[in-house]
Amino acid sequence: MTTSPLHADPAPGPTAVGAAPPRRSTGARRWLAVLRTPVGAGAGALLALVLLLAVLAPLLFSGRAEAVDTDHVLEGASAAHWVGTDNLGRDLFFRVLVATRLTVGLALLATLIAVVVGIVLGTAPLLLGRRAGRLVVAAVDIAVAFPGLLLALFFAVVFGVGMTGSVLAIGFAGAPAFARLTQTLAAGVAERDFVAAARVAGVGRVRLLLRHVLPNIGEPLVVNATIGAGGALLAFAGLSFLGLGVQAPAFDWGRLLQDGLSGIYVHPAAALAPGVAIVVAGLAFNLFGEAVAKGIGLTTTAGVVRSPRRAAAARAVQAAQADQGQPGTDRGRRDGRPVLDVRDLTVTFPGAAGPVRPVRGVTFAVGAGEAVGVVGESGSGKSLTALAIARLVEHPGHVSAGRLDLLGTDLRTGSERSHRRLLGTSFAMVFQDPMTSFNPTQRIGRQLAEVAEQHSGLSRARALGRAVDRLRSVRIPAAERRARQYPHEFSGGMRQRAMIGMGLMGEPALIVADEPTTALDVTVQRQVLDLLQSIRTADDVALLLISHDVAVVRQVCDRVLVMYAGRVVEDLPAAELTTAARHPYTRALVASVPDMSVDLDRPLPVIPGRPVDPAHQPPGCAYAPRCPLASRRCAEEDPDLVDDGNGRRVACWHASEVRAGDPTPGAVPVAAPGAIGGRA
Amino acid sequence: MSELRFDGVSVRYGGRRRGMTAVDGVDLTVPEGTVVGLVGESGSGKSTLARAAVGLTPLSGGRVLLDGRPLPQRPGSRPVQMVFQDPYSSLDPRMSVGDSIGEALPRGTRAGERRREVARLLELVELDGDRAGAYPSQLSGGQRQRIALARALAGRPEVIIADEITSALDVSIQGAVLNLVRRLQRETGTSMLFISHNLAVVRYVASEIAVMYLGRVVEHGPAAQVLADPQHPYTRDLLAAVPDSAHAAQRVGDPALSAVAAVAAADPADPHAPPPGCRYHPRCPIGPLVVPERDVCRTEEPTVEHRHAAACHFAPALLRGGD
Amino acid sequence: MTSTTAGREPAAEARRDLAAETLDSPWLRFAARRAGRLVVSLWVLVTASFLMIHLIPGDPVRGALGPTAPASLVADRRASLGLDDPIALQYLHYLRGVLTGDLGTSLATRQPVADIIGQRLPPTAQMAVLAFVVALSLAVPIGVLMGVVTRGGRARGGELAFSSASVVLGAVPEFLLGVALVYVFGIQVGWLPVAGRDGAASYVLPVLSLALGPAAALARILRVEMLTVLRADHVRTARAKRLPAARIYLRHAMPNALTSTITLGGLLLSALIAGTVLVENVFAWPGLGSTIVASILGKDYPVVQGIVLVYGAGVLLVNLAVDVVLALLDPRSTIKDS
Repeated sequence: MTTSPLHADPAPGPTAVGAAPPRRSTGARRWLAVLRTPVGAGAGALLALVLLLAVLAPLLFSGRAEAVDTDHVLEGASAAHWVGTDNLGRDLFFRVLVATRLTVGLALLATLIAVVVGIVLGTAPLLLGRRAGRLVVAAVDIAVAFPGLLLALFFAVVFGVGMTGSVLAIGFAGAPAFARLTQTLAAGVAERDFVAAARVAGVGRVRLLLRHVLPNIGEPLVVNATIGAGGALLAFAGLSFLGLGVQAPAFDWGRLLQDGLSGIYVHPAAALAPGVAIVVAGLAFNLFGEAVAKGIGLTTTAGVVRSPRRAAAARAVQAAQADQGQPGTDRGRRDGRPVLDVRDLTVTFPGAAGPVRPVRGVTFAVGAGEAVGVVGESGSGKSLTALAIARLVEHPGHVSAGRLDLLGTDLRTGSERSHRRLLGTSFAMVFQDPMTSFNPTQRIGRQLAEVAEQHSGLSRARALGRAVDRLRSVRIPAAERRARQYPHEFSGGMRQRAMIGMGLMGEPALIVADEPTTALDVTVQRQVLDLLQSIRTADDVALLLISHDVAVVRQVCDRVLVMYAGRVVEDLPAAELTTAARHPYTRALVASVPDMSVDLDRPLPVIPGRPVDPAHQPPGCAYAPRCPLASRRCAEEDPDLVDDGNGRRVACWHASEVRAGDPTPGAVPVAAPGAIGGRA
Repeated sequence: MSELRFDGVSVRYGGRRRGMTAVDGVDLTVPEGTVVGLVGESGSGKSTLARAAVGLTPLSGGRVLLDGRPLPQRPGSRPVQMVFQDPYSSLDPRMSVGDSIGEALPRGTRAGERRREVARLLELVELDGDRAGAYPSQLSGGQRQRIALARALAGRPEVIIADEITSALDVSIQGAVLNLVRRLQRETGTSMLFISHNLAVVRYVASEIAVMYLGRVVEHGPAAQVLADPQHPYTRDLLAAVPDSAHAAQRVGDPALSAVAAVAAADPADPHAPPPGCRYHPRCPIGPLVVPERDVCRTEEPTVEHRHAAACHFAPALLRGGD
Repeated sequence: MTSTTAGREPAAEARRDLAAETLDSPWLRFAARRAGRLVVSLWVLVTASFLMIHLIPGDPVRGALGPTAPASLVADRRASLGLDDPIALQYLHYLRGVLTGDLGTSLATRQPVADIIGQRLPPTAQMAVLAFVVALSLAVPIGVLMGVVTRGGRARGGELAFSSASVVLGAVPEFLLGVALVYVFGIQVGWLPVAGRDGAASYVLPVLSLALGPAAALARILRVEMLTVLRADHVRTARAKRLPAARIYLRHAMPNALTSTITLGGLLLSALIAGTVLVENVFAWPGLGSTIVASILGKDYPVVQGIVLVYGAGVLLVNLAVDVVLALLDPRSTIKDS
């Protein structure tokens, strides 16, 4: 509701700086990019027109606006006077045009006052001591509670009616909102590490504010100021309409509106013309501000963050970066039928420069009771693979596969409803972040019981009983009491265990765990991993464990799939990861992770270069740019995943050249500075 | 090139009723020219201790001494500098990296000298000198951490505190930063407090290891000894929890596991309400939950007159089958 | 909680424990904090209202009576209003007056301000409350529905249409909307009355003018809120549990959008209270809004003071209600409140 201080408190939520993605174009380019969107271009053009009129109209048209013509008083629209005339026979159309300058000028002036006072008040807590700062914050808090119009009326009484009074009134009325916005933004920036680093380096408070805080909150402030100018314009119109603003003989749109209102029954155009002008100008400011916000990547509460396409691509990149590697094996076929059978799984997202495939042609199977690990780094696609298998990839992402069978049922066909029961009971998913994965407004017990009520048809009481039982089985003490608690009363490790318990409400044949312990302390991680192990052995449940931590995967899993750039590059037993890996990336990855037995006298091996960005996957083998074994064939042809007959698979043209005991190719010990280019 | 000493340091947040003590009476010394690894999990207080050392958090008790002299409480161009965890927020996105480094140089450095110093520091962290004009958004996470290191070195500090500096980096890049840290420390002889939750990383970098739990140091000694022969049950549990380690392999097949089942699923303690007596006793595999006669753990806090200053009533005597 | 030890009454002990727990409970602390904040804000409001007059340059009584009024009349009026006393004394008088309900007398009509307010408050309050109900009834279902329909980039055409409509509607200030409605309904088709307060039909146009703009803005915000909530981790968990779509939206998504809805609802009501000032002037509605404008123009300051107090207190009470409702609904908020 940032339309006007008269409507509501401006900016019910501040326009905040979104987290900066690592590669963002420079400021000027982003602002120009705004003008390329239809809304940005349209609003920009409109705003330019308004500003142009404000400057030029009085120079060009004031004669015609002032020309008194007593023969044609209070006339309606005609050819000579497009909107009619006022009570002195003056042409209203040109009066509206000429009034642009006063209206816009006053609005901009009021906005300037609001912004300056707001910034001063908002940054004061950073400069003043603790006590004084808190006083200022409290004062702003109280002022912000009152809507802008009431504050404007208050100040209008103090400063008097008329132009100066109204400018001051609206300016001061808008200041608390800006102060609050500045405070919030500045506090957000002041928390960040670079400000702490500057303080530790001895930078003084004033320089901190001017050099570090203000430049980083400049963009949202400017955007909000633009939107605020629109609001000020509407506020001014309102005040003038009430008679408290511009006084005759000066005239702005509000004044014209008020003059026209008394004759609205006979002469509506006189009122509607300035009204339209007000709306159009207000819209121009607001839309332009919001378009800029959207274009340079800020979030506003009244607009969408980014265009859905860019958001999707951004999400794909993020999801891919959160990925690390996924082990997967083809062999786990006990009782002949694998629990999960995946062939040629591909996930596609629309991207700015064509479709992006963070997951390409992934093939593997998981047998009953088998534990398969998936390992990799940023851009490997491992998390997205798990989501795709779980049928949780949403529009605009698209999943395709040659085969995607869970317990023999083809998940690719059929509607969501037909698979609901199967997926709800035989399949359990554990996500990475236990802090946010539960509904904060519902008790844990209910959230677990829901599964049984929906899919197993249990009554509420019995479902709750089963929930308590499952909580107990995941070793949550005092399970009955805990079931009645809310998620925020659980610790991270306990929440993760509750998550596993929720997955056990059905009788899962497969648990897919996406980085289940990454956010947990190592001792808590141990508890969760032990729990997963015991569930596996007790109920013969298969496990697909996704993790960036090679050691975790080695400890827990039977087989490991290594993923790089959306493809499976190796598939081998977990026990052979350190001894018999054949793909250069696997060997390099394993070698570069320090463990408790790494040689202290030598530098750690390092993989030169960076992980692949899913939007820029090279032709041929994606690892070739970083691989010392790379040949021309590697850069041109992408190797297939080849089964060696022993259930191990590797995708490398040079795999047969690597023998056990070779020093790890692909991981380069860093001996001297400057030895290798493209340093990470 | 100085000794940093924490002398009974305490840091408390919040009021009397609902507050918590993040750091509770910590005595720790970082000897001149050594790297001390500080290990602990969430709630241990290790990051708070670091921030107290550089003046970002006020002390509620005790002192921080550099070469015997107390450090001034207000942050200034201090002899103790810090490198932060998150490479994406530790550099001002609106300043070139050269300016960020230059800002940390001692006051009164003139423009020409400033430029030369910045170039020298960039070379020191193995980046090209002409990257001084680059902005953080153009650099990778590993490169940004190098810049952060250069900035910390710019002030010619006597002690550097590295707070989880590789935790946010990709696994294959961590090695480069760790190698750099080792090399720099050896060349400049700067004392360093290296904080991490990852024992393997700490082992690689540090010559001494201190273990923190719930605001206290529970063990401290030479790295090799602490890792080979831990004296405190929490250190042993930490080592056993490292996935795939030799210690873990020992425990998995341990028939005496049932004895410690009582504590196997115990919650991490709440820093707002630390347990009385020895803080580790609700989770301790050799404590009163497993060995009922050891009531002293519930009532009395352990002293530190043990090997490795281990804060345990029953160090170094160990229960058979209990470790 | 209690065990039956010999010689003790378990019930009494339970009651004692309960009392102790309640006194220490976060609820009571929250209530105390909030009440304290309200008292301070009210005091600031009263003081500001008092200072409002004294900050005006020049002599308020002279301003009210005009430049041609005889000096003796001005002096008499000043004395009767106590304007010659030292300012601290005036402040105390004013405070006492506010606490006892004596808000002074109108300079123009010599009526007690409290009476004027008593007459004028009900029409304003009715309009504001009705507009609030209308705005919420429109904005919440539409915003939530649009959020569900346009999630994940679906229905781009629908999103565009909705956004355009709501932006334009939200950008039209209430007095302009009022003027437009007067034109359409009053002049062109003549179905509804356009001035005064006289029967149910006369409420329609003023309430609509007041409600439609904020409703459109609120619907826009709610849609974005829904989109954010639908992307949240716990909604992904609910989808992973393969719950039916309706249940996911109603049980898992909506309640989490409710918190911001309530906060925004509070802002909305405050804005509507302010908006009555403008709308009343369009429709010649006999409420506080038209009175305050006339009083400002007529420099009838005691009336202005009184109405400012009423408006301000109304806004503060709305904020309090929002905080209380939020605390009741969100189990975390009382604990996080500081």
